[in-house]
Amino acid sequence: MTKLKIPVGPADHALGDEHAPVTLVEYGDYQCPHCGHAHPVVKELRKHFGKQLRFVYRHFPLTQIHPMAEPAAETAEFAAAHERFWQMHDRIFENQENLGLPLLGDLAQDLELSSEDLVGALESHEFLPKIKEDFMGGVRSGVNGTPTFFINGYRYEDLFEFAGMVDAIDAELGNANIEHRRAG
Amino acid sequence: MSSVLSPGTQAPDFTLSVTPDQKLSLHDLRGQPVVLAFYPADWSPVCGDQMSLYNEVLPEFQKYKAEVLGISVDGAWCHAAFANHQHLHFPLLSDFEPKGAVAKTYGAYREKDGFCERALFVIDENGVIFWSYCSPVAVNPGADGILEALENMKGKRQSYDEVENTRRAS
Repeated sequence: MTKLKIPVGPADHALGDEHAPVTLVEYGDYQCPHCGHAHPVVKELRKHFGKQLRFVYRHFPLTQIHPMAEPAAETAEFAAAHERFWQMHDRIFENQENLGLPLLGDLAQDLELSSEDLVGALESHEFLPKIKEDFMGGVRSGVNGTPTFFINGYRYEDLFEFAGMVDAIDAELGNANIEHRRAG
Repeated sequence: MSSVLSPGTQAPDFTLSVTPDQKLSLHDLRGQPVVLAFYPADWSPVCGDQMSLYNEVLPEFQKYKAEVLGISVDGAWCHAAFANHQHLHFPLLSDFEPKGAVAKTYGAYREKDGFCERALFVIDENGVIFWSYCSPVAVNPGADGILEALENMKGKRQSYDEVENTRRAS
């Protein structure tokens, strides 16, 4: 029950080299405080591993306990349609304590996106299908809460603290090197 | 970990409080799949606890016409407050008096702790257990196993219907 069922593909938001030996996938919720804590950890990991790590973010909003999670995810997808997904993603997490429709409108303006268009997209739920798809893919992969991380397709079961995740990724890099040598 | 009832077993019937003044019996749900989720306690201290997750996945369960029931030893008033707080849209049953009696019949009670296991049962239209799973008590088992069981159950019924139809036609 701990393998990623939906492989990383072109519909995903990914940061880093497509051919990086390790891919870290996060299922997250913009209103979840634990995801808020994990956000700077992921940034540190990307800095630490550089080109060896690719990061993918998928939506897993728990809408009934986090009423702003879905509008926030829709806002990130709206920004993605204008190629500003990661800027919006960072800003939402960095301002998590003020999360609300006014904040989302302000963030859109910061990124030179029309807050009127954003309101339209939120009202029509234009980007909701993509979010639902992420969510159900997560459910199928056994995601049971947020954040849930997968390292090269295997679920990371430990606490999402920097040191533990570095160890897990290092272990995976070790494996990748061995396979590379074998292949060579 | 307890040994929970296995597939193929008739699911023990029960009647439990679903709200402070309402009861629900398993046999009332005959004719549709039932997902029975025993869990240790309301108010677990994490986001995305097991019941909140099932709440989000509810539309998916409903595609299989499945009824989801949560069961713990918490009282009906506690369940009401918890369900209200988490905006749950499915019933929580109180296995409260005598405490854990229903959980015991499913092999899903932790005697030394005094609460239920995290045990899942998918029950078919005829009240027979189709799939069961007991998770370590600290681990939220997610919803993937349940969805897979509902899918397999549907597949099995369809192939049975096809065989029946061919038999009748010939």
